[in-house]
Amino acid sequence: MSSDVSPSPPRSEELVHDAVIRLAGNSQDGIQSIGGFLARLAGRSAQEVMTYMTIPATISGGPSIFQVRMGSGEVLSAGDEADVLVAFYQHSYENHIDQLKDGGILLYDSDHVEPKEEDKKYLKVGVSIAALTVEALGGSAREKGKNLFTLGLLARIFRLDVEKLRGIFKDRFGGKSEDILRNANLAFDSGYSFPIDNVLDRYYSFQAPDESGPPQVTMDGNTAITLGLLTGGVRYGSGYPITPWSTIMEMLRAQLPKYGGLFVQAEDELAAVSIAIGFAYSGRLAITGSSGPGISLKQEALGWATMAEIPLVVINVQRGGPSTGLPTNVEQSDLLQAIYGSHGDCPRVVLAAQNVKDCFYTALEACKIAREYSVPVFVLSDMALASRIEAFDEPDLEALTVEPTLDLEDRPEGYKPYDLKRMTRHAPPGTWIEGGKFPQVTGLEHDETGHPSGNPEMHVKMMSKRRDKIKKLADSFPPSKIFGDQEGETLVVGWGSTWGPIRETVIRERSNGKAMGHLQIRHVNPLPNDLEAIFKRYENVVVVEMNDEGLYGYGQLATLLRAQTCNPAIRSLTKTDGLTFKIREIMKGVQEQTEQA
Amino acid sequence: MSAPSAPKKIERGTITKKGIAADHPTWCPGCGDFAVLAAFFKTLEKLQFPQEKIVTLAGIGCSSRFPYFVNTHGGHFIHGRSLPFATGVSLGRDDLHVFVFGGDGDGFSIGGNHLDHAGRKNIRLTYVIMDNFVYGLTKMQTSPTSPQGFKSKTDPMGAIDRPTNPMRKLLSSGATFVGRTHATQIKHMMAMYERAINHDGFSVVECLSECVEFYKGAFDAAIPRKGGAFEVIDEEEHDVTNMASALALAEEEWPGKFGVYYQKKEPTKNELEQANIEKARIKSKGASDLDLLKATFAAMK
Ligand SMILES: Cc1ncc(C[n+]2csc(CCOP(=O)(O)OP(=O)(O)O)c2C)c(N)n1
Ligand code: SF4
Ligand SMILES: [Mg+2]
Repeated sequence: MSSDVSPSPPRSEELVHDAVIRLAGNSQDGIQSIGGFLARLAGRSAQEVMTYMTIPATISGGPSIFQVRMGSGEVLSAGDEADVLVAFYQHSYENHIDQLKDGGILLYDSDHVEPKEEDKKYLKVGVSIAALTVEALGGSAREKGKNLFTLGLLARIFRLDVEKLRGIFKDRFGGKSEDILRNANLAFDSGYSFPIDNVLDRYYSFQAPDESGPPQVTMDGNTAITLGLLTGGVRYGSGYPITPWSTIMEMLRAQLPKYGGLFVQAEDELAAVSIAIGFAYSGRLAITGSSGPGISLKQEALGWATMAEIPLVVINVQRGGPSTGLPTNVEQSDLLQAIYGSHGDCPRVVLAAQNVKDCFYTALEACKIAREYSVPVFVLSDMALASRIEAFDEPDLEALTVEPTLDLEDRPEGYKPYDLKRMTRHAPPGTWIEGGKFPQVTGLEHDETGHPSGNPEMHVKMMSKRRDKIKKLADSFPPSKIFGDQEGETLVVGWGSTWGPIRETVIRERSNGKAMGHLQIRHVNPLPNDLEAIFKRYENVVVVEMNDEGLYGYGQLATLLRAQTCNPAIRSLTKTDGLTFKIREIMKGVQEQTEQA
Repeated sequence: MSAPSAPKKIERGTITKKGIAADHPTWCPGCGDFAVLAAFFKTLEKLQFPQEKIVTLAGIGCSSRFPYFVNTHGGHFIHGRSLPFATGVSLGRDDLHVFVFGGDGDGFSIGGNHLDHAGRKNIRLTYVIMDNFVYGLTKMQTSPTSPQGFKSKTDPMGAIDRPTNPMRKLLSSGATFVGRTHATQIKHMMAMYERAINHDGFSVVECLSECVEFYKGAFDAAIPRKGGAFEVIDEEEHDVTNMASALALAEEEWPGKFGVYYQKKEPTKNELEQANIEKARIKSKGASDLDLLKATFAAMK
C-alpha cells in the first residue's frame, strides 16, 4: 500500500470537547459533501456543529475549503484554527497550513502534496487518497469518491458513529441508482479500514452529548430562511438569481406549489419586487429578495410599498460590495441601505439574523410584523450564514405554523384604508365595499380614503402615521438580553452573523477575569428602546461589524447607535477582508478600542 | 387632482354608467384619453363583471392616472413597472379581471423590458397603451414613439432617434392578442377592448390617443374628418393567427391599419402554474401545510 507513514505504536484515546476539521481542495472534489455529512452526523448525535466554506467565484473549479467544527457543548464559531487539516493538493497545504494548530494533524494526499521536511509542529499523515479511492472503486480512472474515502479516514480518527453515517449515505444516495450507494460505501470502507492507527499518536473521541433534548435539524442559513418563510405563511414570491440569494428562490420555486402557491422568476429585480408587491396588493403575503446589487434595483418600488402601506418581506443575503464587489465573500455593508435605501423619508422594518437557527425565527418574525404593521420588512442575512451548516433544536411547528388566509370580508360604508387612528389594513381587490366606493392604492401622498392629496398638513399627518407605527413596533419588543456582565468594563455589541465569534470572545475574556457583556441587536430598525440606558452601564461600548469604518471612523451600526444615544463611549471595530471575524481579532480589537477610550 | 366626487351609493350586482365612474378626470380638455375612458366604461357596462372583481392598474404618466377615474379597486404604481405589478395581481388572484393602462413612455421606454416578459409569459390580463407619441405628464419630451423630426424640449432640433414600431414590438413580445385602435373611433375601440378582454391570455391594445397640449394633430392622418384615412384590417384576408402576416401589417406605412393584428390561444402562465400546483398537490396527496413542513423538517434530521 502506497503510503509514507512513519510507523509507531498505537496510542491512547483523547476525550475532546470539540474539534475543527478543515478540508482544503478544489471545488470539484466534493469536500462540501464531506462537510455536509459530518454536520448532519453531528446533528443526529445531538452535537453542536458549525461549518464554514468558501467556494470560488468561477464555476470551473478552483480552490475551495470547507471547515467543520463539531462538539458536545455550544459551538459558537467555525473556529480560528483547525485540529485537523485535510490537504488534497500542494496549494491546499501551502495556503492552509498556517490555520493548523500546533500539535494538530495534517492529513494529506501523498501523491499530490509534499509537506516541508522541517515542519515538526504537526503530526503528518500522508495517504495516497486519490489512488486508493480509484483502487477501491474497481480501477476506474476517476477520483470521484475520494471525498468518501477521506470521510472514512476521519471516521477512524474521530471514532465517529459508522452506523449513523451509513444511514446518512442511504438518505442521500438511496433514491439514486444502487451503484451510487454501493460505491459510496465502498470508498468509505476503504478509507475506514486504512491502517491509520499505525501513525496516529491518539484517537479523538467526543464527550458524550446530552441526547435528552428535542431532535435536532441540520441545515444552512438559506434553507432556514426558506423554511421560516414557509412556516410564517408566505406562499407567493418573486426574484432574480444572484449569489448568495439564489438558493432561497430555488427552494421556494420547488416548494411553494405543494402549498398551493408559486414563485416567479422575474426578468430583473425591478420586476421581481413589483411582482411581489402585486401579490401583496392582491392579498397574499409575499416575498422578494436578492443580494446588495439587486436590492439597489428594488428600492424605488419598496418606497411605494412603504407609502401604500403594503406588507412585504424582503430578504438581503449580503455579500461584499459595492458593485459586483466580492461576490462570494461575507460583508455586512448593506445595513444603511436596508434602512434608508429608498428615496424620501421611508420608514420600514429591518431585522438581522444572528445564526442559522435565527435565520428561521427571523424570517418567521418578519412575516408576522409585515402582516401586523402593513409594512415592508427586511431580513438581513449574509454570505457566511447562507452557506454554513448548523444543527439546532427542531422548532415547534404545531405552535408556529401560520396558514395564510385571504381577507375579502366586506368593508363597511365609509371604509378608510388609511385611517389616521388605526393601523392600516389593506382591502385587496375582490373585497366589496358597502356603498360601492372602491379604494385606490397609490404612491402619491393621500388622505385617509387613499385619495391623492397634495395638502401639506395631510402629508405631515400621513408621514407621522407611517413613522409612528414603526415606533409602536419598538414598544412591543421584549427587553434586550445581555449575555455576561450586566454592567462594568465593556459591552460588545454586534448584529447579524458576528453573534458567534463575539459570544465566544466574551466567554473567553470573562474567563480571563474581564467584566464583559454581549448584546446582539436583532431588531436594527426600529432599534430597541432600552439601548441608551443599557449603554450607560458600561465604561466602553464596542460595536463589532463587518463593514468599513467610513469617513468618520465608525461602522454602520456604530454610526446609528451614536446618533440614537449620543453616547461617546461607543466605539467601532470594523473589517472588510471578506472573512468572518476570528476570536483573536475581536479580542485584540476590543482591547485596542478600550485602551483608546 | 380634483376633490373626490360626492359619494354615490351603488348596489352589488350591476355595473352602471354612474357607478363605474369615479373622479372627474384631470386631463386637459380635449385630451384623447377621455374617449379611451368612455369606451372602457361602456365595455364594462356591457360585460357586467362583478364590480369588486375588476382591478385597474397603472404606472406613471397622464394616461396612467386612469385608475383614479374608474370606480373599481385600483393601483397607481411606479413609472414603467405596471406590468410586473399586474403580473403579481393576476397570478396571485385568478378570480380577478386585471386591466392595465399607461402611456408610450411607461410601456415602451422605461417598461419596455417588462412588456417582453409579460408577453412571453402570457400573463392573463388586458393592457391598453395610450400612445400619444410624447411625454405628456412631464411636459413634452421625446418619447420612444415620437417620429424623427418631432421638436420636443429634449430635441429642440427635432428627434433623431428612430422610433419604436409599436406593433412590431408588441408582436415580438409574445403577446397572444395584439390590437390597434384610435381614440377618435369609439365603436372600434370598444370592439377592440371587448375582444381583448375576452381573449384568455396577455392581450394588448395600442390606442392612438392625442395629446392636445404637446402634440396636437399627431394622428390627423388617421382621422377621416381631418382628411386622413382610418383603414380597418379585413379579417377575411388577414389571418390573425399568422405571425408573418401580422408582422407584414406592422411594416405598413404610417398611419397603417387598425384592428386585430394577431390572436392565438396559447397556455397562460396562470394555467401552467395552476397545473404545477395541482401536480404537486397530487404528489403530496393534498397534505396540510403543517404536514408538509413536518416532512421537510424530518428530512433535515
Ligand atoms: C423613475 C421615474 N422616472 C421618471 C419619472 C418622470 N415621469 C413621469 S411620467 C413620465 C413620462 C410619461 O410619458 P408617457 O408614459 O408617454 O405618459 P403620458 O403622460 O404621455 O400619458 C416621466 C418621464 C418618474 N415618475 N419616475
Ligand atoms: S398633457 Fe397631453 S396627454 Fe396629458 S392630459 Fe394634457 S393633453 Fe392629455
Ligand atoms: Mg405619452
